[in-house]
Amino acid sequence: MSRRPLVREVPPTSWYFRHPRYLRYMSREITSIFVGAYCLLLVVGLQRLASGPTAWEGFLLGLRSADSIVFHLLALAAAVYHATTWFNATQKAMPIQIGEDFVPGNVISGAHYVVWVVLSFAILFLVGVF
Amino acid sequence: MTQMKERLVQLEVLRYNPDTDTEAHFQRYEVTCYEEGVVLDALNKIKADIDPTLNFRWSCHMAVCGSCGMMINGEPKLSCHTFLREYEGVIRVEPLTHFPIERDLVTAPDDFMEKLKRVKPYIIPKEDKPISEGEYKQTPAQLMKFRQYSMCINCMLCYAACPQYGLTPEFIGPAALTMAHRYNQDSRDGGRKERQEVVATHEGVWECTFVGACSEVCPAHVDPASALQQMKITSSIDWIVEHMIPGGKK
Repeated sequence: MSRRPLVREVPPTSWYFRHPRYLRYMSREITSIFVGAYCLLLVVGLQRLASGPTAWEGFLLGLRSADSIVFHLLALAAAVYHATTWFNATQKAMPIQIGEDFVPGNVISGAHYVVWVVLSFAILFLVGVF
Repeated sequence: MTQMKERLVQLEVLRYNPDTDTEAHFQRYEVTCYEEGVVLDALNKIKADIDPTLNFRWSCHMAVCGSCGMMINGEPKLSCHTFLREYEGVIRVEPLTHFPIERDLVTAPDDFMEKLKRVKPYIIPKEDKPISEGEYKQTPAQLMKFRQYSMCINCMLCYAACPQYGLTPEFIGPAALTMAHRYNQDSRDGGRKERQEVVATHEGVWECTFVGACSEVCPAHVDPASALQQMKITSSIDWIVEHMIPGGKK
C-alpha cells in the first residue's frame, strides 16, 4: 500500500493571524522592540552626559519634544504590558510545592507584583523623588 | 419517557483521498443529532447514514484515549468532548494541523511517536535493585510532584496548537518534553542526565518560546507550558554549574 500523506505548510509570515491567542503572543513579543528602543535611548543619554553639559542640555531638550513624549508613553505602555504578562507567567515557570500541595499561582504572581512596587519605590527614593 | 431534543447540524469536513486527490477540499453535510451530542456523534451519524467513505479516528468516546483530536472551528479539540450545542451555524471540522493528512480527518502521528521515544518516557532506575528488596516506595508528596504531567493522553492537540512546532518541525514539542519532565520529577527515576541530551538542545526546550497555546488546549489539564519552562530553568542551572563554577561537573 502506498502512502501519500498530504503535508500542509504553515505560512511563515502570517501564521499568527490564525488564532487570537497567537496575536496576543505576538503583541507581547512586539513590546520588546519598545523596551529595546528605550534601552538604546538611555545609552545615548549616557553618551551625551559624558560629552559635556552642552550635549546633555541638547539631549534633555530633545526629550521634551512631542515625538519624544509620545514615544515614552508608548514605551511605558509596552513595558507595563510586558511586565504584567511576565509576572502572570511566573506561576507556570516556578511552581512551589509545600508538602502535597502547590502554592496557589496568584500568590506567586502576586509576590512578583509586590517586589515590583517595592523596588520601584526604592528607586524613586534613591533618585530623590521623596 | 422524556423525548430527547434533536437539532439539525451542518458540518463542513475537510476531505482528502490519497489515491485520487492532490489537494484537500471541504465537503458539507447536514445531519440530525441529539441536542446533547458531541461532534464525534455527528461524524458517526454521517458515516452511518450519509457517507461511509468518511474517515476519522476514535475509540473511547470519553476523553481518555486521545484518538479523536481534530480542528473544530480552528481550535484543536477532542471531538468526543466538544458539544454541538456550543456551536451556532456551520461547524468546520479539519484534521489536526501540523501533521500530514493520511486520509480525511486521519493524520499521521509518526513524528510525534518517534519524538516521544527519544525522550525515554519510562523510569530509568537510579540503581538496580533486586526484587527481594521489595517495591520502590513513594510518598504522596513525591507523587504530586509529577502526577499532573502523567495525565497526558498523547492526543497531540498541543502539537496542533503550538506554532513553534508548525514552523520548526524538528522541535521535540510539548507532550514529549512534558513526558521527559514527568519522569525527571519522579523520585524513583535516575535518567535525567540521559534525557538532557534531547531536552537541553535547540530542538528541545529552547525551541519553545512560551506561546502557552499547548496548555490552553490540553484536554487533560497537563500544562505542558509549565513543564517546559521548569526544564528551561533547570537546564540553565546545569549550564551555569558546568561553565561558570570552577570544578562544576555536567
